[in-house]
Amino acid sequence: MTPTIAATALGRRYRDQIALDNVSLTVEPGTITGLLGRNGAGKTTLLRIITGLEFPTTGEVTVLGAAPAENDAVLRRMAFVREEQAYPDFRVGHAIRVASWFYPNWSAELAEQLLADFELPLGRRMRRLSRGMRSAVGIVIGLAARAELTLFDEPYAGLDSVARQLFYDRLLADFAEHPRAIVLSTHLIDEVADLLEHVVMLDHGRVALDAPADEIRGTGMTVSGPAIAVEEFVAGRPVWHRQRIASRASAVVPGPFDATAQARARALHLSLEPLSLQQLLVHASGIAEEKMSA
Amino acid sequence: MPPLDQGTPLFVQIAEQVADDIVDGVLAEGARAPSTNELAAFYRINPATAAKGINMLVDDGVLEKRRGIGMFVADGAQEQLRARRRKEFAEQYLDPMLAEAGRLGIDTDTLVTLIRGSGWHNGGSTP
Repeated sequence: MTPTIAATALGRRYRDQIALDNVSLTVEPGTITGLLGRNGAGKTTLLRIITGLEFPTTGEVTVLGAAPAENDAVLRRMAFVREEQAYPDFRVGHAIRVASWFYPNWSAELAEQLLADFELPLGRRMRRLSRGMRSAVGIVIGLAARAELTLFDEPYAGLDSVARQLFYDRLLADFAEHPRAIVLSTHLIDEVADLLEHVVMLDHGRVALDAPADEIRGTGMTVSGPAIAVEEFVAGRPVWHRQRIASRASAVVPGPFDATAQARARALHLSLEPLSLQQLLVHASGIAEEKMSA
Repeated sequence: MPPLDQGTPLFVQIAEQVADDIVDGVLAEGARAPSTNELAAFYRINPATAAKGINMLVDDGVLEKRRGIGMFVADGAQEQLRARRRKEFAEQYLDPMLAEAGRLGIDTDTLVTLIRGSGWHNGGSTP
């Protein structure tokens, strides 16, 4: 099957600043991929290249089997929902109607349901909406488009936690009925972690992590217990972070551990805990280094 | 919604939650098990993750696929799960308890007295 996105060795340079550095990745049809990284890690640049809004300095990308830039046939098959998307000063209903003309798989039924869910006033002008409502319009369009590839780039400026939960629930429900490729770029990692099937983590323009969500657990481990035992256990391993309180210590090191290491930890009365996705992001640079040296 | 913890892979936790329901008899043998989409919506997880958990139970023979209708609890699933959990009981519950008892200087006799005094009676009826 043709991957929905195939990027090879993408690089993007702005004057003397490197925004993307040798980024290769694939996104398969019917998967939800999380594109994670700190601000400035290169997430938006990557999404802009994927959607043909920007050209890479080096490397290439195909979307649905073709180059996306100025390719209307491909662009109609993808929906890009951006943070703080600017709209012409339409009324909400008009903006929705325009979107419905553009996307071939548009679901009027889903759009109607989502508009009601987010309590959006159809007759109001876009300019007069609150930030949260404007974000909700983007979400409605992105979901109702049922595009083969939907990219959400921090789509929820101004949305409260209840509205975000609504977004996640509707996304999951519609994805289950109509599987398609979805890329979710966000810094609210803990909120979306369980929704993801695949994770791509960027750090300083590089891919730090690119793996199925199930296999990420254990990429980083916290080892804690008596300080002497912790030091003995982590000797010879890269240590991403160390903490100490009185005679106890904890250290964050790359994992996962094999059975021998686990048995050794037990014998030393150490407790081992995998880092959450959110915590992994904190150590993204360490993970990237680890990957380079591997 | 029961909390899902960080330590165990999600799909394993999903399989365990469904297995719990079978052991407890909430899901009777022959009953239809929740679909992957139902599990995904309920636990707010990716449907592929839910499917992986369900497939684990299918591979174990606990659930069986009936084409076009869904997943059903296999005959003998409850006893099969109970037998496996009995085997795992020592490692999961007894070993940590004994380790902590050793640390605190609680000897075997005291431990037995504690268990008797907890209201737990032979035969498994809980207080």
